[in-house]
Amino acid sequence: MNWELLQNYGPRMLSGLIVTLQLVVISISLGALLAVPIALGRMSKNRVIGGLSFAYVYAMRGTPLLAQLFLVYYGAGQFRAELQSIGLWWLFRDAFFCCVFTFTLNTAAYQAEILRGAILSVPRGQSEAAMSLGLTPRSVFRMVVAPQALLLALRPLGNEIILMIKGSSVAAIVTVFDLMGVTRLAYSRSFDFQVYLWAAVLYLALVEIIRRVWDMLERRLTRHVRQH
Amino acid sequence: MDLIDLISFGPGGWGNALAAGTWLTIRLAVATLPFGLVLGLAIAQSKRSNSRLLRAFGNLYTTVFRGLPELLTIFIVYFGGQILLQKLVNLVAPGQTVAISGFVSGMVALGVVFSAYASEVFLGAFNGIGRGQWEASKALGLRPFPTLRLVILPQLIRLALPGLANLWLILLKDTSLVSVIALDDLMRMTGIAVRVTKQPFFFFGVACLIYLAMSMISSIGITAIERRAERGHRRAA
Repeated sequence: MNWELLQNYGPRMLSGLIVTLQLVVISISLGALLAVPIALGRMSKNRVIGGLSFAYVYAMRGTPLLAQLFLVYYGAGQFRAELQSIGLWWLFRDAFFCCVFTFTLNTAAYQAEILRGAILSVPRGQSEAAMSLGLTPRSVFRMVVAPQALLLALRPLGNEIILMIKGSSVAAIVTVFDLMGVTRLAYSRSFDFQVYLWAAVLYLALVEIIRRVWDMLERRLTRHVRQH
Repeated sequence: MDLIDLISFGPGGWGNALAAGTWLTIRLAVATLPFGLVLGLAIAQSKRSNSRLLRAFGNLYTTVFRGLPELLTIFIVYFGGQILLQKLVNLVAPGQTVAISGFVSGMVALGVVFSAYASEVFLGAFNGIGRGQWEASKALGLRPFPTLRLVILPQLIRLALPGLANLWLILLKDTSLVSVIALDDLMRMTGIAVRVTKQPFFFFGVACLIYLAMSMISSIGITAIERRAERGHRRAA
């Protein structure tokens, strides 16, 4: 253990951890909002809407997050004049914003598929029974299908958060000082390999905490449907 | 300059560079697969073992390598592997220096991550095979290893295939991360093209399309393999 190194870079690594958390929390939340219309689009009977949402999800899940991030971060520079004319350049100039933008679009596609899967797994009898009670299709979805689907979606959504924590480390490659970014900086200055191990411990701790908290949340929210 | 000219294969075109990068990406993914599969099966076995120590090791391995960002695993294997190897070499032949290749580091790092996920897939598949299969083999006088090879593995492959196919698609995308350890994969070659031509949106867009094409071709291949793995099952049903 190199205490001097820890003194120099420990606090910065913690602030990097905060940046990582910000990236994940913002992207996951915005992605969740975006995922709802995409999931509904995937299930739409309209072929154009269905096709477009399918293409979006397929493209987002079929390409690496790193390639998407480079497309946004470096690609935006090419449209500087256009972005300036609509007053958005100050956003795309910022690496942190580009990361949030890319991660949001990416996680929205994954979350949409999770939601769609969950909605389709709610037994048909549920919506049929609700309809026979005279509920309108809107109410059937809002009051009967959606609450059950969200419970089914809990576990895969927890996995998606963990994947986002891990995936967010690519932000370091485009100069964002998240946990990974600070770690790379510390390594490039100290050439002491242990900074990578500290980062590993921090990431593992973060992922384990999220996993446990999510397990507890799931157990609590599904306590009324458990058989035993 | 026309954009199409930029990806042509002739002089001034970046077609050759992108093709070389794509080829390295494919080679890396294909080289990682068998390594990851064998390691994954071994980890799955250690998690099913009667020994408490082996089980704990298997679970720890899975927790660690599923929890670490792939990028960090690549750095740890690349830099840490280098240090470890250097220390080993110094024991045998002091003063000699060794360099670990980026390709091998990338392969080991991606393979280790793959195996952690694959071990869970295999574990699920093992659970899907009934006890009766083991008992029937024993009754026929088969020893444990032939049972595994002749009876269990063929069924295991069918059960594990959907999960493994998913992992393959993830592996294909994760290869893009090796560009950070100076490996000339598709991502890095695209980056070089961008620096020279100043056309980032176009080139990274092309790179995305190439990754997408590789995923699509894989999906077609996976469907064919799944159909083949299911062939005995369909007839019986």
